[in-house]
Amino acid sequence: MKTKGFAAPYVVWMLLFTIAPILLVLCYAFTDSSGQFTLQNFQSFLDPIYIGVLFRSIGMALLCTLICLLVGYPAAYFLANRSFDKKGVLILLFIIPMWMNFLLRTYAWLTLLESGGLIATLVNWVLRLFGAKEEVRLLYSYQAVLMGMVYNYLPFMVLPLYTVLSKMDARIVEAAEDLGANRLQVFLRVTLPLSLPGVFSGVTMVFMPAVTTFVISRLLGGAQFKLFGDLIEQQFLFTGDWNFGSAMSLVMMALLLISMGLMNRFGDKEGGGVF
Amino acid sequence: MKASRFFKGLYVSLVLLFLYLPILTLIVYSFNASKSRAKWDGFTFDWYLALFQNEEILKALYVTLAVAALAALIATVIGTLGAIGLFAMRRGPRTLFLSMANLSMLTPDIVIGVSLMILFLFAKLPLGFWTMLLAHVSFNVPYVLFSVLPKLKQMNAHAYEAALDLGATPWQALVKILLPEILPGVVSGLILSFTLSLDDFVISFFTTSEVQNLSILIYSMARLGINPTINALSTLLFVAVMALLLLVNRRSSILER
Amino acid sequence: MRKYLSLLLALCLCALSLFGCAPASENSITVYNWEDYINPEVIDLFEEETGIQVNYVRFTTNEEMYIKLEKGGASYDVAFPSDYMIERMIQNDMLLPLDHEKLPNFTNNAQWLQDPDYDPDSLYSVPYMWGTVGILYNTTVTGGEIDSWGAMWDEKYKKNVLMMDSVRDSLGVTLCYLGYDLNTRDEAQLEEAKQKLIEQKESGVLLAYGVDEIKDKLVGGEAALGLVWSGDALTSMALNEDLAYCVPKEGSNVWVDGMVIPATAKNVEGAHLFIDFMMRPEIAAMNSEYIGYSTPNEAALEILGPEYTEDPTFNPPQDVLDRCTFFHDVSDAAKMYNDIWIEITAN
Repeated sequence: MKTKGFAAPYVVWMLLFTIAPILLVLCYAFTDSSGQFTLQNFQSFLDPIYIGVLFRSIGMALLCTLICLLVGYPAAYFLANRSFDKKGVLILLFIIPMWMNFLLRTYAWLTLLESGGLIATLVNWVLRLFGAKEEVRLLYSYQAVLMGMVYNYLPFMVLPLYTVLSKMDARIVEAAEDLGANRLQVFLRVTLPLSLPGVFSGVTMVFMPAVTTFVISRLLGGAQFKLFGDLIEQQFLFTGDWNFGSAMSLVMMALLLISMGLMNRFGDKEGGGVF
Repeated sequence: MKASRFFKGLYVSLVLLFLYLPILTLIVYSFNASKSRAKWDGFTFDWYLALFQNEEILKALYVTLAVAALAALIATVIGTLGAIGLFAMRRGPRTLFLSMANLSMLTPDIVIGVSLMILFLFAKLPLGFWTMLLAHVSFNVPYVLFSVLPKLKQMNAHAYEAALDLGATPWQALVKILLPEILPGVVSGLILSFTLSLDDFVISFFTTSEVQNLSILIYSMARLGINPTINALSTLLFVAVMALLLLVNRRSSILER
Repeated sequence: MRKYLSLLLALCLCALSLFGCAPASENSITVYNWEDYINPEVIDLFEEETGIQVNYVRFTTNEEMYIKLEKGGASYDVAFPSDYMIERMIQNDMLLPLDHEKLPNFTNNAQWLQDPDYDPDSLYSVPYMWGTVGILYNTTVTGGEIDSWGAMWDEKYKKNVLMMDSVRDSLGVTLCYLGYDLNTRDEAQLEEAKQKLIEQKESGVLLAYGVDEIKDKLVGGEAALGLVWSGDALTSMALNEDLAYCVPKEGSNVWVDGMVIPATAKNVEGAHLFIDFMMRPEIAAMNSEYIGYSTPNEAALEILGPEYTEDPTFNPPQDVLDRCTFFHDVSDAAKMYNDIWIEITAN
């Protein structure tokens, strides 16, 4: 066909602004400050301090993904179940916060969690009813960071799940019921397996930004729970060791590509996208 | 059955409450006369006035909109043409070129940000408006590509060639035959790019310095502590996003009919 | 179809029009200053008088500013680094020598800051503000005066202490508390300070590390003690009368922030004009009054009057200054400092 040439700008652009930058990161990661080849950057990464941060970030991102899945699945399931009249509006309501500015979404939690904030006041009031004497601080804690992550990424879990669940052929469920399966069996044996592609793409869409975030931990964690993203940012904008920062970026990319690869092996590639 | 329906409704409402509570709080506080959150001192529009008198915020708003609009347009052109071109290719090169887009989408924002920063500094480009624009186009292109490709698969593969055979110029064939068929994909790519740009913080953070967009400005303001002007700004942005989405939603539902 | 095209066209137009009205000014300077560190009116006055457009950009830490300047990618005409950072920038040839002919107001500065040890003879920098580092605390919580860094480790202030998210400051005062030099490169001393900070975090005394938000939290009564710079203390005390400031007896840091012209500056002429403008007595007084830091400008002090000069926070007495030291560049130990900070904040 004669339209192949139309791809030229795309190919050039991607080579310049996607491939070239990644090659530069590769270069930096394998050289020292004078430009000599070295593996030193990866060796210094093996220091327990950095490995510890890496594992904590992964753990936190997994926990966040799990919570999003547990909270988001029922919501998507109920929405897809057609028992609501205004499904379109409801699903739109899940999309709107996603399109609000990411910084504002995080900032909003500052207001709620600080002492005197709505949630902090409520929680402390309840605790006092149960006899607590000291005020509990909600902001600047591990839980606050986790909460901020869940809040930011929950819609990314709900939407792919919803897409897959609502496309599911209702007759399959009916058939299973006709064949005598009870509701739990129908869910476990039919609905859940069929919705796995949605689960996989939801998990991907939550885990990926969660493991690399660097703002949430700063704003809601009071800079005392630095995550892997914070370390990378710090290497580039504070310490100025770009070689080491590049090595860390590569480690992160490798980690994500491997986990994506694993997901793809288990999940169907045609998972429901968000959009 | 009724009870389960009630339970489902309750659950979905609770999740929605979780999603909206923070936003609603910001909106309420944006009208609070007191700067402190602990008390309500009466209703005021002062923070909105302050917002419109704050040159910095207005400038950041302008930068955000300009970058988002330009980036969305450029990315849409490149991505759409790219999709048409890739679609015409044989499997081998197509997979290769598609994998570039996949790589870009799988790269975490922070790595895109730092790698582009290295590239720009390496090329001695001063970080600012233009580098931010380049970065935004780059992360938008794959999204446009992937929203146009499915539409191409749906259309008649030979329509374009038939038009050429009937004497149309390539440009005429593109605009009159191809484009109308894939337009829904192009438009959703455009809108998606625009909103992704509006929302972006991480990539902008690394690819600009003097020129700030809204996200970067909010970040530096939030570090100074809570500021009711940000609340007013959030309220306006929230209303704008809501209006935009309702508009798009209505438009598409009309078209579906 | 037509609807879509009109939507596209509308977006195009929108983009173009936005583009057309971009503020393009021939004569402008870019000023790189700390967050919340100038009286905004001063910028307006400068723009009005000279017709030079000021593009004002902020940073939060010296290190951040250093990297942005070192790696290029942006050109700033005037920057406001602190003493030890000025020292480092001079060593790395990152600054332009100042043309003192164009800075007639320089003589307004106090004698001891006309020839500081980080920049002998003020060849590359002029002082902008100076101050101390100390504890800002809420007297209703502490119930009395505080005079030791030990208070920041006291377990009765659980989740009530704010430290700075800045390795030199937080580690520096810890070193002072332990009786060491705050510019030390001794591994054992740094290790001890690190343990002390980890202890502060693990015992639950620490609420958060912050920079600019610390004063906001103390004014709002959300924390009882915070590590702050003296100017922030002064503005906070004006907003909340329960707050008090002290420079602990174990010693602390005294610092100067200067104005410099980076080697990459484009508008050197405009930069000199701006720097000289900032040293005018009435302008320096306006800034000092607004941000609460002490001005080195003696003519400005006269304008400010005894209300300021006799305030111990604003103008610390000699015995306080005697126990304070300047920071110096720790060059080869910098990595050690950074690693310590990662270990503490990521623990």
